[in-house]
Parts: sequence; C-alpha cells; structure tokens
Amino acid sequence: MIYFDNAATSWPKPPGVKEAMIRFMDEIGANPGRSGHQLSIEAARILYKAREILSKLFNVKDPSRIIFTLNATESINLALKGLLRPGDHVLTSSMEHNSVMRPLRDLEKRGVELSLVPCSSKGELDPEDMRKRIQPNTKIIVLNHASNVTGTLLPIREVGKIARNHQILLLIDAAQTAGAYPIDMENDEIDLLAFTGHKSLYGPQGTGGLVIGENVNIQDLTPLKQGGTGSRSEFEEQPDFLPDRYESGTPNAVGIAGLLAGVQSVLKRGVSQIHQGEIALIEELVRGLEEIPSVKIYGPQKGRERMATLSFNIAPLSPSDVASRLENEFGILGRPGLHCAPSAHRTLGTFPEGTVRLSLGCFNTREEVHHAIEAIHHLSKGNR
Amino acid sequence: MPYAVILFPSTHYAIRAEKKARENGFSVKLIPVPRHLSSDCGVCLRFSCDQKETLECLLQQEGVKIEGIHLLET
Repeated sequence: MIYFDNAATSWPKPPGVKEAMIRFMDEIGANPGRSGHQLSIEAARILYKAREILSKLFNVKDPSRIIFTLNATESINLALKGLLRPGDHVLTSSMEHNSVMRPLRDLEKRGVELSLVPCSSKGELDPEDMRKRIQPNTKIIVLNHASNVTGTLLPIREVGKIARNHQILLLIDAAQTAGAYPIDMENDEIDLLAFTGHKSLYGPQGTGGLVIGENVNIQDLTPLKQGGTGSRSEFEEQPDFLPDRYESGTPNAVGIAGLLAGVQSVLKRGVSQIHQGEIALIEELVRGLEEIPSVKIYGPQKGRERMATLSFNIAPLSPSDVASRLENEFGILGRPGLHCAPSAHRTLGTFPEGTVRLSLGCFNTREEVHHAIEAIHHLSKGNR
Repeated sequence: MPYAVILFPSTHYAIRAEKKARENGFSVKLIPVPRHLSSDCGVCLRFSCDQKETLECLLQQEGVKIEGIHLLET
C-alpha cells in the first residue's frame, strides 16, 4: 500500500509519537493545571514543553502565546470570530479551504464585509491585487500559506509587509506548511498563525493551535469558549491572561504528548531538509505525469516554490474513478473531489468535478513515486 | 532559613518559573498552593527566602507573570 494522502493526515507517524502517548496514559494520565499533585504537575509539564518546542519551531518569544486547539479549523474560527465585528472588512484569496471560507461566509451574514481576491488558474496570488482591495475598515487579511489542492505557496511575506504598512492583522492558515516549510512569525510578519498537529508536525489528530502574535491585543480577541481553566477558580468570569483565556476545559493532553514527540522528530530531521526531500519527490512525480498526454496537472508554474501536493485529472475519466482504480488496482491511496475547497477548484477551473490529489510526506520514497507514475500511465492508456 | 512561595496566575507560568529557576541554579519546588493563601486549585513555587530578590528579577526577565509572593509559616 502506498499512502499519498498526507495533506489530509500524515501517516505513518515517526517513531516516538505513539510511545509518548502510551507513556502519558500509563505513567501520567492526570489533568494538567487542575491540582497540585505530582501527576497533574507532570501533565502540565508536557503542555509546557510542547508550547516551548512550538515556539522554537515558529520563532515565538513567549510560549504562552501558543494556544492549543483541536485543529487549524478551530484556530481559524477563534481568530476570525474573536476579532471581526459587524462593520469590519476582511480580505482573503480565492484559493482558501472551507476552514476559512465557511467562518467568513457566516460572519458575512452578521455584517462583516468580505472581499475575495482572485488568484490565477494556477492558484497564484499577486500581492498587488490584495493591496488594491484594502479599505479603511480592513481589519484582517487571512490567507492559506499553501493550497491543500495544488501545493501552491502564497506570497505571505509580501502580503505581510502590505498588512503591516496598513496596520492590518495577517492571519495565516498553515495547515499545509507547519513542519514542512520554514515559518518565522517575526520575519514573515505574521500576526496570527493557525496550525494543525496531525499533518506535517506528525502528531495525532485532535491537536493544533493558534499562535497569537505580539501585535494582537488579546482584549480585542474574544474567546470562542469559556469555562474551567484551573486558575482564578474563585471568579465566574473568564481569566484575561494567556494561555488560559483561550483554553477552557480539559485539554487533549495525551494528544499533545504525541504532538510534542512529533515536533521533536521534525526538528531533529530539520524543516528545510524535510521540505527539500519532499520537493525532490513531487518534482519527480510532476515530470513523470507531464509526459502522459491525457494527464492534466493543476498548480504552480515550473520552478516556483511549492509543497508536495499535486492535483491532476486523466481525460476523460472522473476523479473518483481514477482514485478508486488507483487504490483497487495499484494500492495507491489519494483523494478525489473538491478537497473541502470549492473556491480553490473554481479558481483552477475544476469545479464541480474536482481533481485527483496525491500528497506526499517525509516517509514516502522514490520507488512509490515511480509506481504511481506507472499506474497513472496505465490508467491513461486504457482510455485513448 | 524560612521559605516563601510564589503564586502565579496560570500553571503555565508555574512550570516556566520552575524550569527557568532550576536552569539558573535556584533550589525550588512546585507544591500545592496552601489553602490559606488561595482557594485556587493549582501549584506554587517554594523557594528559600534569601533568594527572593534574585529569583523575582530572573522571573521578570523571563516574562513570568507573578500573582504574589508569600512567606510560609513553618
């Protein structure tokens, strides 16, 4: 079996992740920050270490600005719904995932003004198109760092500079990049970074977070939920300090123990090294597929930086037929359809049928890529 | 030497304080918050009174938020 669905969830996980979770269940198990006994303290240490290593990964000075959530979707919801009020204006690209589009469409019904900046049919964004649409009431620019459909990277540094100049907050959806592409909160001028733990950070599902940059006034960022935090228990009002203001209820501590081990493994391998390894594979896959006449590849121009995710179709087959034949005849697991990103597929011209997506991780090999090229070649021949 | 404890708004800061203090050679221990100091359910950092100024200074540098410092009656 060849697993090419890492953009949805990475698999397998590196050695140490499962073991860290088992160790937590066997030896710690208690509720972090809820009591003074040694197991509770040990659980709190796991959360602390995870915040600290994530701070290192994203170049964040203060680990308390890392807020744990279930996934990037929850983080994006927290940032958008916590900051935007009726009358505010928000800018985004036409390449966004529904994790951004759906909260924005909901906010739009509640009086938030939304502008969608069109991207090219390769999913690329011209920062100038973003700048032109800035209004006096623009509060946030929200962008995916890389497309979950095509692996196209958006120019977040250029947009970040524009945002800073206009005192607009930049929220980055790093679901497809955190761990597989270098991210620097300070140098990239990111104000809010939404990440997930179960993709390129190689943690388990149900882990993720929001990094709240120093430019964000937390009194202006309303929590998504209120509840027990283990702190200020005598008061019925939510604490106003980090990270407790945004972390009510018992956290997924066992998951965060796994995430900690995943990020340790990523840092040990090196983010740039992981990126280069994955890019070598995806470029080989692109070259192989380009030689097949009935295959159409969607995504970034040649030579552009990208992520190891690729979308294609084989005319005249439907994406779902291709994906099920890849699995049934060749044991290759990809993902057909719209990938929760209808706006991105409209931009690419592949709505509503979608594409077949193959997404690689750091454990994939050249042999697997060659096998996939042969398989796709075989499928294309039967239809000429 | 009498002991004192530092109370923190969040367990996050208690763990950070313990780590930074130990890295800098302080002898500290996380203990449950004594009932008479707070009704809260968390932990506080116990240290030796003669280190109050230097420890407080270090924690401030490390961005640790402190709720209060209390002498412990032994």
